[in-house]
Amino acid sequence: MQVDRYERLWMWAATAMLAVFIGAIVVTAVAGSNHPPSHTEVVNPDTLGVRGEFATPGVTVHPDGSRTVAIRAEFYVFRPERVHVPAGVPVTFRVTSPDVLHGFQIVGTNVNLTVAPGYVSQATVTFETPGEYLIVCNEYCGLGHHLMQGSVIVGAPR
Amino acid sequence: MTVAARLVLAHLWVAIAAFALGALMAVMQALARAGVELPFGTARLYYLSVTAHGVLEALVFTTFFIMALGYVVAETTLGRVRGVGWAWAGFWVALIGTVMTTLAILSGTSTVLYTFYPPLEAHPAFYVGATLLVVGSWIWCGVMIASVRAWRAANRDARVPLAAHGMLATVAIWLLATAGLAVEVLVFILPWSLGFVERIDPIVARTYFWWFGHPLTYFWLVPAYVLWYTVIPQVAGGRLFSDAVTRVVFVQFVLFSTPVGLHHQFTDPGIASAWKLVHTFTTYAVMFPSLVTAFTVLASLEIAGRARGGGGRFGWIGALPWGDPFFSGVALAMVTFALGGFGGAINAAYAMNAMVHNTAWIQGHFHLTVGTAVALTFMGATYWLLPRLTGRAIAFPAVAAMQPYLWFIGMQCFSIPSHIAGLLGMPRRIYTGEFQGVEAAQAWIPLVNLSAVGGVILFVSAMLYVGVVVGTMLVAPRGARPPVEYAEPVVPPADGPSIWDRLGWWSAVAVVLILLAYGPALYHLHTMQRFPAQGFSPF
Repeated sequence: MQVDRYERLWMWAATAMLAVFIGAIVVTAVAGSNHPPSHTEVVNPDTLGVRGEFATPGVTVHPDGSRTVAIRAEFYVFRPERVHVPAGVPVTFRVTSPDVLHGFQIVGTNVNLTVAPGYVSQATVTFETPGEYLIVCNEYCGLGHHLMQGSVIVGAPR
Repeated sequence: MTVAARLVLAHLWVAIAAFALGALMAVMQALARAGVELPFGTARLYYLSVTAHGVLEALVFTTFFIMALGYVVAETTLGRVRGVGWAWAGFWVALIGTVMTTLAILSGTSTVLYTFYPPLEAHPAFYVGATLLVVGSWIWCGVMIASVRAWRAANRDARVPLAAHGMLATVAIWLLATAGLAVEVLVFILPWSLGFVERIDPIVARTYFWWFGHPLTYFWLVPAYVLWYTVIPQVAGGRLFSDAVTRVVFVQFVLFSTPVGLHHQFTDPGIASAWKLVHTFTTYAVMFPSLVTAFTVLASLEIAGRARGGGGRFGWIGALPWGDPFFSGVALAMVTFALGGFGGAINAAYAMNAMVHNTAWIQGHFHLTVGTAVALTFMGATYWLLPRLTGRAIAFPAVAAMQPYLWFIGMQCFSIPSHIAGLLGMPRRIYTGEFQGVEAAQAWIPLVNLSAVGGVILFVSAMLYVGVVVGTMLVAPRGARPPVEYAEPVVPPADGPSIWDRLGWWSAVAVVLILLAYGPALYHLHTMQRFPAQGFSPF
């Protein structure tokens, strides 16, 4: 096929650019363990309020100081609405829903989860700076979607 | 353009009516978001209008316009549309479906947004209507394929006309895309919506939805590219830079536009990250033909600018026909698409996606791409098509000449603040961004207000477009119909049959790619233990 010289050059430049993009993604994924949240655990949405960690959601403190936070995202509220954790320790959020899809996004961090009934979404973050972080729902869930709001209160490092 | 003119106009009127109603919904949202007191400003109406706007603009306006364009191309490059009766049947089926879905939305019983993620449950009429719209478009696909085959049978040794090749690629993409949608709707949603089964798995449904959802964007974009490649160089007074490369570009879209959908589901549970990484690679692959398009179309425009007497390194740009609303609409669409394309590279970036997923950034992104690159091209093309279909010159030419610029300004004003607000954490699709006045949300307020100004400018531009179209039909006198002409290529296609024209075979290759990209993830989803959900209608 006849391809103009400049067009050929442009195609190579485009290929190189895309190769750099893909290379950067592969390097940060492999070397930096930088992956999107892809937890594949399931849970029965009908019994969330009855038994298991989501019946009494909240913070669990582990011996090494790290925290696990179970959260139920349900029609227009995160349970619990406020979460207290210290700065400087890994905090793993485990979130699920008893009703429809919700979002779980902690503003100012890379925690951004799709929350689905029947599945447990999970992300781990270490807060470096103490302060109050806003949690929002970013997946439309009904007429109170914009009212879903929570907060993470990050205290001084232990 | 005689037999098909009525057919094309019928599709255009539905497209433009949907566009106008959708625009009305949009301006209400922009004002509500900015906290303007509206007598009808309730959350219920807000989310209803988001649903209506998405369905009417993204699904109805685009689909009907693309069907109209397909018939124009078939009639003017292949001689005639084969099966005009079928084409009308497709029109009516799609129109009945559109009316059903629209009424379901306006009745307030189907506020599920245009993504309709289960277990949000709409009125069954919403799903049945949407199904009919797609079935109507399938009939269009059949008519387009029959028209090309009939032409091929009569012209064994000739190359398929380029515009027809591009529209056939659009047909292939649409059939590959809607296969996923058909599984989602026919296998999972309709039996659940009609009460035959009680439960539905949201992640399985989403995965089939996005099998459809991403190639949907190429179903919108490739017809716009057909106009950019085959018509705009002629309108600008130049030639198409390379016919040969253009055909390869269309084939690449057929191959790579579908096996990419998991990049919409990076944050989803239930799907292992390895499959998401595979879809990241294919998503970057589908950027390649768009990058080539940037070169070929710009080179074609440079030829036009120089032919019009523009000299120097950049002087040819000023020599282009900026007062022609089709040309200016497409040129501004291209500039906007460059911005949107780079935003898309960020959306597709595996881990970086967490910064922007479902934030206001996303609404900013797709208003640059489908909302401008595609919609502004279609608006401009309307000004080009109407005289060729009806013999009427465009009414209010000064208004038409200004309208694309107004859209461009309004859209930058809307989209750039949306991108920034998204990076600052503002979610999309929210009735208000107040969040009880918390500090993080304060930074969003001025950006949202600026977006609302953009929304109002866009609405004015939309109404000017509708006004010019209606005015043309009502007041402009009938005259001679100008011909529909296509650009001559500088590099013509090689003589004789070519592998690049065999879109049926390329579609078969695309099916293999889809099975490779989706097979493992879907197999895992379908075989793992799951707890499907019951439906909710919280609206």
